[in-house]
Amino acid sequence: MASILGIFCAANFGLRTLLTMDTFELAIVGAGPAGLAAGVTAAALGLRTVLVDEQPAPGGQIYRGIEAASRHPDSARVFGEDYMAGADLVRQFRASAVKYLPLSQVWQIDRDRNLWIRGANGVTAIGARQVLLATGAMERPVPIPGWTLPGVMTCGAAQTLLKSAGLAPSGRIVLAGGGPLLLLIAAQLMRAGNPPAAILQTSTNLRRAIAHLPRFVSSPSYVRKGLGLVAELRRAGVRIERGVGDIRILGETRAEAVEYIRAGTRRREQVDLVLLHHGVVPNTNLALSLRCEHEWNDAQHAFQPRTHAGLGSSVEGVLVAGDCAGIGGAKAAELRGRIAAYNAATNIERISTDARDRQCAPIQRELRPHLRARPFLDAYFEPPRDLLAPVEDDVVVCRCEEVRAGEIRRIVTEQSCPGPNQMKAFVRTGMGPCQGRLCGLTVVELMAQTRGVSPGEIGYYRIRPPIKPIALGELATRAQEK
Amino acid sequence: MFKRVIEFEGPVLGVVINGRECSVPASFTAAAAMLASEDGATRETPISGAPRAPYCMMGVCFECLLEIDGVPNQQGCLVPVAAGMRINRQRGARTV
Repeated sequence: MASILGIFCAANFGLRTLLTMDTFELAIVGAGPAGLAAGVTAAALGLRTVLVDEQPAPGGQIYRGIEAASRHPDSARVFGEDYMAGADLVRQFRASAVKYLPLSQVWQIDRDRNLWIRGANGVTAIGARQVLLATGAMERPVPIPGWTLPGVMTCGAAQTLLKSAGLAPSGRIVLAGGGPLLLLIAAQLMRAGNPPAAILQTSTNLRRAIAHLPRFVSSPSYVRKGLGLVAELRRAGVRIERGVGDIRILGETRAEAVEYIRAGTRRREQVDLVLLHHGVVPNTNLALSLRCEHEWNDAQHAFQPRTHAGLGSSVEGVLVAGDCAGIGGAKAAELRGRIAAYNAATNIERISTDARDRQCAPIQRELRPHLRARPFLDAYFEPPRDLLAPVEDDVVVCRCEEVRAGEIRRIVTEQSCPGPNQMKAFVRTGMGPCQGRLCGLTVVELMAQTRGVSPGEIGYYRIRPPIKPIALGELATRAQEK
Repeated sequence: MFKRVIEFEGPVLGVVINGRECSVPASFTAAAAMLASEDGATRETPISGAPRAPYCMMGVCFECLLEIDGVPNQQGCLVPVAAGMRINRQRGARTV
């Protein structure tokens, strides 16, 4: 109901504000590596550019808090060189002519490419000839028994607290899951003074990954970094348990222990905090709300907007770059951000296609080695099947509406529910405040496994604006101003 | 419980967390301030009253919903602290 009102009100205000609204040649959403690099490049090409971002400072999640952190002597030691590299990009961005709107949530982009923003001054709108979505990635949900308890958060959440606030968890920490970030965050917590009691790694899939190994080892920095982290953690005495399965978190009002099976034996660790992680997936809600066509990426087990060579989406005037268009990592996101800016400039006939191709050729060359390592990482750290779709009926899948795996499976078989949008009508999955961000992929995988089809065939939730909850009072404030 | 292990430069200001006065760096969000001063649940769900606490800290999960300066259902991880800010646990649904 609220979202219907939101659309109605926005359309209504839209007509009234169009004449007075500030209009830009390029509007970028997201201040991570893709958005920042696109902004710097676009401004250098003379495009009147605005960048809108939720956070108080530029950097996105990967370079979160980099400006304050880069002024502290401990940061390089704790966070490592890849993080510190973000300081230079942020400096370039600050020195550019891009208009920067921090602490601003884009809750709707309409078909006329007006961006509707909730910020410090209430609700505002800006117009744009080209829109670049650079909304980045989010951590894949890890639906296991007990994952909703206090004392359980994502690895990324702990890393964010460390980068942005200098806060680290005390007590006994256990990290669980898979993917390269798991080891990096474990090492960062260790360097910050509290080494994890254990790292529980799910089974890796070398069989699926082996075909990609030659290309992976030809990207030496990834291999060196991965082995370096393992060595560093082992030297410090951090226990790494490999091939772990059936991870469950126990506790009544908070996490007290984590149980798992390794080598056929059930084991238990007492914990103060469990940090979960199993890779990252594109953050697509804004692109979905714009009706950009999406496709299933079977290697990355996620949906991503369909893009053409110029990084344009299926919607005219809307480009996508960085991890929100498919996971490639921070450096690839930065390079793709630059490519997107050249394409935006071409689309509004600011530079010729020849000039764009000349400028983009060396960037494409630089991009190649970063993409070369990805297929191995995707396959090697493929999430286990029971993590993509919980086997146990009791596991909460939709955290907002508290819907469990068993209910979803039952609706598929008993009611012949065909897709995730029909599932909403039965059990309200995806209809809480997070709007499916934390349950969408799990619901799709559960339905796909139950029906024996591909997740791509199941499809995804229809996402409608406002993509962030907005109070009617806030919209009313906007109306009064006009 | 979260403890400050790296002291990034910047001002410190006074806030009130669950009725208790605290000093926190201005770089904290409301959710970070809550995690640094309290253990356990920071909200109870509107559906079953289950205890929850911040999960993603990047604005996608809505588990960090807090009552901030009397306004319920605020995403605590996206709101920087301000001098005198009153931050409370969110209990169940907001009242309209």
